[in-house]
Amino acid sequence: MTEAIAVSGLRKSYGKTVALDGLDLSVAEGEVHGFLGPNGSGKTTTIRILLGLLRAGGGTVRLLGEEPWQAATALHRRLAYVPGDVTLWPNLTGGEVIDLLGRLRGGVDAKRKAGLLERFELDPAKKARTYSKGNRQKVALISALASDVELLILDEPTSGLDPLMEATFRDCIEAERRGGRTVLLSSHILSEVESLCERVTIIRAGRAVESGSLADMRHLTRTSISADLARQPAGLDRLPGVHDLDVQDVSGHGGRLAARVRCEVDTDKLGGLLRELTDAGVLSLVSQPPTLEELFLRHYAGARDHQEIPA
Amino acid sequence: MSSLAGLRDLIKLAARRDRVMLVAWIYVLTILVVSTGYSFKGLYKTAASREALASGITHNAATLALAGPLYNDSLGALAAYKVGSATAVAAGLMSIFIVIRHTRADEEAGRLELVGSTAVGRHTALAVGLLLAAAANAAAALLIFAGCSLVGLPAGGSAALGLAIGTCGLFFAAVAAVAAQVSASARGARGIAICVLVATYLIMSAGAAAGSGGARWLLWASPIGWVTQVRAYAGDSWPVLALPVAAAAAVATGAALLASRRDLGASLVPPRPGPADAAGSLRSPLALAWRLHRVALAGWAAGALVYGAALGSIAHNVGSLLGSGGGVRNAIARLGGQSGLTDAYLAAMMSIFGLVAAGYAISVVLAMWSDESSERAEPVLATAVSRVSWAASQLFIAVAGSALVLAAAGLGAGLSSGLRGSGAGVGVGAQVARLLGAALAQLPAALVVAGVAAALFGLLPRSCVAGGWTALALATVILLLGPTLRLAQWVQDVSPFTHVPKLPGGPGSPVALAWLALIAVALAAAGLAGLRRRDIG
Repeated sequence: MTEAIAVSGLRKSYGKTVALDGLDLSVAEGEVHGFLGPNGSGKTTTIRILLGLLRAGGGTVRLLGEEPWQAATALHRRLAYVPGDVTLWPNLTGGEVIDLLGRLRGGVDAKRKAGLLERFELDPAKKARTYSKGNRQKVALISALASDVELLILDEPTSGLDPLMEATFRDCIEAERRGGRTVLLSSHILSEVESLCERVTIIRAGRAVESGSLADMRHLTRTSISADLARQPAGLDRLPGVHDLDVQDVSGHGGRLAARVRCEVDTDKLGGLLRELTDAGVLSLVSQPPTLEELFLRHYAGARDHQEIPA
Repeated sequence: MSSLAGLRDLIKLAARRDRVMLVAWIYVLTILVVSTGYSFKGLYKTAASREALASGITHNAATLALAGPLYNDSLGALAAYKVGSATAVAAGLMSIFIVIRHTRADEEAGRLELVGSTAVGRHTALAVGLLLAAAANAAAALLIFAGCSLVGLPAGGSAALGLAIGTCGLFFAAVAAVAAQVSASARGARGIAICVLVATYLIMSAGAAAGSGGARWLLWASPIGWVTQVRAYAGDSWPVLALPVAAAAAVATGAALLASRRDLGASLVPPRPGPADAAGSLRSPLALAWRLHRVALAGWAAGALVYGAALGSIAHNVGSLLGSGGGVRNAIARLGGQSGLTDAYLAAMMSIFGLVAAGYAISVVLAMWSDESSERAEPVLATAVSRVSWAASQLFIAVAGSALVLAAAGLGAGLSSGLRGSGAGVGVGAQVARLLGAALAQLPAALVVAGVAAALFGLLPRSCVAGGWTALALATVILLLGPTLRLAQWVQDVSPFTHVPKLPGGPGSPVALAWLALIAVALAAAGLAGLRRRDIG
């Protein structure tokens, strides 16, 4: 696997504030990689270091095989970047900005640009001053997508787009993936990451807390189980990896149903639980793998516990 | 809901946001006047020395045009003459910055939308800006009165001078309030208001430099002229103070009317669609810099041309002002005869344009910081544009643009003074050439001042705005007040303009200009080197 982005032990602090505290990030060539984390966890700082706008305070960074601080200008020919908060020159039109940024990267594909303008329904003749946040974001997106580059770095690119435009964005990224482009997608929209990204990295307080494919990550987390049983189960609470166990005795209601069980189980301990449940006569069983949202909330909530309840 | 709801809370917020800036402005305004009064007291102790100073001033149209008329040779009148109109200009600038900051700048940034969605009246923001500016001017007026009285100047005159400056500032607060309705951008609004300020200053100049039979009425046509017409320490014409107050009230009412007729975010000039594709030439950082600065530059150059022509056209009045008498003849002889006097006047005007060009260059340099801090620079620097070529493009616009501004001023002054026969016995073409040279001789000094801003932008970006404008303010104070305050030579030498040859007419020294150019290049290089090493944003 050739790595488009290889970051290890990355550090950056502003005075006493530590923004990045030994971050690792690895993105393979041709991969769409999700970059998740709560607000202020260091995503944008990481991206700015990747772009060579900030100097790393420690650790190593390789972008397309080069050191971004040293080779910033040469690297920028090979990538396109969409900032999270797009600010444009108020008296230039959207079309002018798209052309300008594309040319400064090395060229815009006029046909592709025209197609993107149509798909994103952007009027390029309007002055940037009159654009809404979503339209400013479209300007940056179209300019990036119309450039012929190896790597796209997108910092929350859809935060201002409406659902229709978000779908258009997904189609475009899907097409980029098929075309073999590498994409680093920082986002808060989990369904977007879930549908687009093969692998994700979750960062919190300046370090990566999870990294890998979504399938692997699910494996490391809990599956929620709810089952109707014919007999009272025994010893479920002694099983390893079972959490939030809730057993209701409903034998008084008549019929075959004797007990209702709800619980969470560590996914690698799922087998043991299922054996116990089968012994108690499973009438119905619902097993839900964790959504990315649950994964995410666990890490975010962890951050909150960590920060706000120090005692 | 009242159209001024929420005023109290928002004034508190504004005062808190501006607490450092307000104190700094009020301090500068006060210290400018009080320190002049104080040092004049030490410098001109005898009646004879004051008389000599006064006769030197009244017999030189150049000095009159710079500062306005002088009414008698008392200490107070001399001090008021020397700093009155300059401080009024500074008070005007302060008011413009305060009002635009709390009206159009907040509106452009979207902050006003957030505030406006709360229980806040339609005119509250405008009222906040005006009231804050009024309070700042009142504080400056009070402190000038107190300070000048404390250093021993007559209390009545001190009060008149303080109020003349304060009410002039109030008038420009109202002008800025209108400008904030007319232009959709804070930068444009500031530009409009500052243009009005400069125009009123030049009208005052023309009136003050005109002989007794000439266009002296121009002093009454300009709010800066009103400051001089208050005649502080020379009769104190209190009723004149009603003029700026009434004018401010009228203009502010106009601003409120305009504000109630427009939508949030809108301007009088509706936005028009532009080109859907960029021109083929818009493909480099230099092309972008040119695209962003060309309109403003055209405005600065046109202004310099017109004002240069206006100042050049009164050059011939320099002679008509002169009476007879030994002192005067000596003064003329010292200055090199009649044509020498005209040349001295034109040279003084050219140094003013040097300051103007420095102001332009600083504004271009600081636009880089505003691009960086508003994250507009980020997408450009994330393309194949290196930091150095991005910054060098804007520095090029700063250099070429200030050269253009100076050339326009020289051209205007040369044409008008040449056509009116003030050209030291040379033809119009030759006079234009002389003044073009004289104007462009200011360029290296202007670039040294802008170079300070460029060096700070690279090395200490957070201080570049304050540092750049402070450098210009220092150079201005040294140029306008240095000789009269008899500042130590090393202090005067700090300003690059001290080293510029007094052209036309004076002895030229290309060596000094080369040194200044070298210093400017070194400052810019330091800035670029710093920019390469530091974090962006």
